[in-house]
Amino acid sequence: MKVSIKAGLVAAIAFAGFAVTGSTLADEGLPEGVTAVKATPPSKDHPLDEILSGWTFRTPETQALQQDDFENPGYLWVERGEALWSEVDGSAGKACASCHNDAADSMKGVGAEMPKWDAKLNRPLTMEQRINNCRTENMGAKEWKWESTQMLSMTSYVRNQSRGMPVNVQADGPMASWVAKGKEVYYTRVGQLDMSCANCHEANYGKYIRADFLSQGHSNGFPTYRLKWQKIGSLHRRFKGCMKNIRATPYKVGGDEFVALEVYLAQRGKGLQVEAPAVRN
Amino acid sequence: MAKSKPRVKAPKTAGKGDIVTIKTLISHKMETGLRKDKKTGDLIPRQIINKFMAKFNGEDVFSVDIDPAISANPYFQFSMKAEESGEFEFIWVDDSGDTYSKKSALTVN
Amino acid sequence: MHTITRRQLLAVTAATATGLALSPNFASAKAEDAMAVLDKFTGGKAPAEGKVTLKMPEIAENGNTVPLSISVDSPMTADNYVKRVVIVAEGNPRPEVATLHFSPKSGVAEASTRMRLAKTQNVVALAEMSDGSFHMVKRQVKVTIGGCGG
Repeated sequence: MKVSIKAGLVAAIAFAGFAVTGSTLADEGLPEGVTAVKATPPSKDHPLDEILSGWTFRTPETQALQQDDFENPGYLWVERGEALWSEVDGSAGKACASCHNDAADSMKGVGAEMPKWDAKLNRPLTMEQRINNCRTENMGAKEWKWESTQMLSMTSYVRNQSRGMPVNVQADGPMASWVAKGKEVYYTRVGQLDMSCANCHEANYGKYIRADFLSQGHSNGFPTYRLKWQKIGSLHRRFKGCMKNIRATPYKVGGDEFVALEVYLAQRGKGLQVEAPAVRN
Repeated sequence: MAKSKPRVKAPKTAGKGDIVTIKTLISHKMETGLRKDKKTGDLIPRQIINKFMAKFNGEDVFSVDIDPAISANPYFQFSMKAEESGEFEFIWVDDSGDTYSKKSALTVN
Repeated sequence: MHTITRRQLLAVTAATATGLALSPNFASAKAEDAMAVLDKFTGGKAPAEGKVTLKMPEIAENGNTVPLSISVDSPMTADNYVKRVVIVAEGNPRPEVATLHFSPKSGVAEASTRMRLAKTQNVVALAEMSDGSFHMVKRQVKVTIGGCGG
């Protein structure tokens, strides 16, 4: 694989070689609720030889936190989301459950297909946007903030209903231009370090960048409980953190750049099973 | 801040003399009191769960005096020898004096 | 494989125990704070080695959540049990981590939790037995800091 970091910056960012531990670790166990932590790329022109969940890049101790739902602190948010599901909010006097009944049935598979095209709005919506749309349009309730406890609880709960199902985002039709836009975001170098997502997560996964062991950067585990955050966080929060690290001005959380990147990442990691809430470092 | 919610995993039944394992988890930020507010530079006041107690039929089984070095969303796993049927009570106390509790019944055969 | 005679083993154990009793091997100023906490716990009594097992990862992926399991070799009967185990971190801003209180009802002296480690350092677990004796164990845990990790 070619690494094409600009010469002047090579010194600043050193990638230490290290064997990918994915295949060996995966054999020793799996996260609860999933049957595989890797997937075969759907086409020959896919940039990765093998699609590996972020799980495979973590230490046994971090993995253990996701091997038992009780050990998984992300479930504190899943349970909060479950309670919120039937809590009435807004002028229409409705709860999520008023229309969608039992989430175990109605939401099964929904999280695996996000972001999803919305014909009325003529654009894809992430789960957060879909929830807020429902709140303002159908419930007469206020929008939840992207990174609020309520939103994180609800997205964790809803996405958890698709755990173990392969990520299956629509990539053709009206979504094609969003995939293309997201791909452009993925491969465009930005920031003072002049790096793109691909510099780390495509060209150097399975290696150390300083003290961090680089994953392929897939989205199947989000919302994810990060040890660093000491709580659950959204995919866009993770994007923002990555951009700050490369000394770039992050795009807006919920903005079109991040939505497109989320669409592209889901398409790139198609086939990986939903792990939400995953536990990462 | 959202109200802390405890999770408990304790067996419902056990044989007499069995050692049973109990796991508990509670949502809490565990603010150490050592961090500074990035904008004002002021110390963020300490706010932690400082005590956890597990009782069975009112008797102490296991308890912990907790310092800020325990991770956010505190987790404890411990054991009890099942001698008689009864009820577990788990209690968490935080720095503002708020307590959170959860009960769980155990039948010993 | 080397074979160790009983005599050699005794000699090694004795030397270690004496070392602990006479000059506790704590290096930094923080380690002195940790020692003070332990001293307060034991009332100045010298702890022995053995009996206490402290399971922690050799390298913690993130210092915010480091899993830790403690077990103490004890029959846990009414007249012979582990009363308390204090956990101390030598390199944290404050050394105290937690004090675990057991009882004969515990059945076994085993417990797990998750702790914060500010940097690579030693973690000490010190147990007080019902007969008034103390046993301790010390473990180094490396903490990876200075990554980028968003």
